[in-house]
Amino acid sequence: MEFTYHIEGGDFSRAGAASSEVKKILKQLNIDLAVIKRVVVALYEAEVNVVAHAHEGIMKITLAPDSIEAVIADKGPGIPDIALAMQEGYSTASPRVREMGFGAGMGLPNIKKNCDRLEIESTVNAGTTVKMTTFFTG
Amino acid sequence: MEEFYHALKVSSTACTGCTHCMTVCPTQAIRIHHRLATINGAACVDCGMCLKTCPRRAIFVEQDDFNRIFHFRYRVILLPTVVFGQFAEEVSEEQIFAELHAMGFTHVIETDQSVDILTDAMRAYMQKNRPLRPFISAFCPAVVRLIQVRFPSLIGHVIPLKQALDLSALYARQKLKEQGVPEEEIGVFYVTPCAAKIAAIKSPVGEEVSPVDGVINMDFIYNKIKMGLTRRDHQPPPPTSGQGYLSPTSIAWTLSEGEASSFDGRCLAIDEIHNVIDILEKLENEEITDIDFIELRACDHSCAGGALSTNNRFLVIERLRARMKASATRQYPHDQEIERHAAYLKAQSPLPGKIVPRSIEKLDENRSVAMEKMQKINRIMEIIPRIDCGACGAPSCRTLARDVVQGKAKLSQCAFIQKTLVQEGLMTPEEAIEIAENTWGKNRFSNNKQETSCK
Repeated sequence: MEFTYHIEGGDFSRAGAASSEVKKILKQLNIDLAVIKRVVVALYEAEVNVVAHAHEGIMKITLAPDSIEAVIADKGPGIPDIALAMQEGYSTASPRVREMGFGAGMGLPNIKKNCDRLEIESTVNAGTTVKMTTFFTG
Repeated sequence: MEEFYHALKVSSTACTGCTHCMTVCPTQAIRIHHRLATINGAACVDCGMCLKTCPRRAIFVEQDDFNRIFHFRYRVILLPTVVFGQFAEEVSEEQIFAELHAMGFTHVIETDQSVDILTDAMRAYMQKNRPLRPFISAFCPAVVRLIQVRFPSLIGHVIPLKQALDLSALYARQKLKEQGVPEEEIGVFYVTPCAAKIAAIKSPVGEEVSPVDGVINMDFIYNKIKMGLTRRDHQPPPPTSGQGYLSPTSIAWTLSEGEASSFDGRCLAIDEIHNVIDILEKLENEEITDIDFIELRACDHSCAGGALSTNNRFLVIERLRARMKASATRQYPHDQEIERHAAYLKAQSPLPGKIVPRSIEKLDENRSVAMEKMQKINRIMEIIPRIDCGACGAPSCRTLARDVVQGKAKLSQCAFIQKTLVQEGLMTPEEAIEIAENTWGKNRFSNNKQETSCK
């Protein structure tokens, strides 16, 4: 089962809307509450990353009986050094973004913590694709 | 799963199935069948939105027979402060106390007397369990039930303590027992401003039995007091005793900010059920963090806006604020009787049981089946109009789709689908009428409809 959501760059007022929709779906599927929480936290971080850094993006969710796979692909500046971006506290967010309470440099590390498999591909000045997979337990 | 007790009932004679309640219900618990609103007990959280919105007063709060109080020799009435707010300033607290004694109560105790003790217990719990922040108050039973059915992942944040109502009931019992009164001769009755408190007493969450024996609706007691005052016709009331001191914070407890203003740190106060849902969504998504305490009340302006409040909620608040001011000028009396029982009440305050999740969201226990059902819902959503007209007897197109896959409704209930089916010759107009009559009642579509609806 697939669901696709559009994410608008720079629209902080809507940041989290897509993740919230996915949460509503997972709650209907009787998935363990702790798993839902991890998935939603990871998705929210990825969604905010697109809003904060990219022009636009899509979140594509693929649900299988035992797992959820999310691909968040954006058109944006890309990440020059993925290893550096994975470090806690490292952030390229502008002061304007930080004022809104985002950009603490916890995004990618938090995603890694909250999913079972994470792949990041990025091309500078083109965009970033984050693919995360979480397995349902029980 | 054991059903919740619900105090909200629909009068089958007064209800016309007008859909007002169905559209406002925050848990989509209401459907119209045979011209009658029916409430799904598993989903209803007793918030009272349906009662407040009903234009025909067809939804009411079931209450115990008042004369049950006379089954007991010692009859205690527990009054929330909002009761005083029902009356104009010229009716004194002494007069209200006197009327309550006159109608048969031997002891009048204010529910919010135990608030200072409860505040201490809550503070101690929060200090001891800091990793469970943000703490959610268990004050409003409708909110606790809402969390159980729609936000079960947040249950761990709810402060698992009894409320002022329970503690004051325990206090009343203990006080009488110390005077040598046998337990079975004590009857404790609570005046409720809403349906949720009744439900919480009849089927308590996290508690086996409530220390309260019965519930009296606030509008009922208002009428009874008013009647007594009228009959007495301004004669001075007989003197009564037992009116304890209430601190300003205790008086404010049931109002918005009542709890939030009592604790340190970042505290939020939210009232009205849709606002509550909004904040719970944000908490669940961890969009809001770094909050210490959240006060959540289902009614607009908290208990002053309770479904059984007869007075305008702003006037209720005005009167309570005046009382707070008067209380603030008084010296705090350290000889308060309830203080002697503080240790006992604090020991009694933890909820003995757990607040259990009762999710209404899941489509099936089995994940694969749930997934198949969701796919079916998505297919239905592509062919139904998505205008949430309610003509099918369900509050939205999505809820109809959900009901269809759960075998609780037929897709042909949708007025748009019916038209299409009739046009394509797959359904006769008579069949379409029959389906609509199942929702909206017999003869709803016949020519003499005018006569039946005008009587």
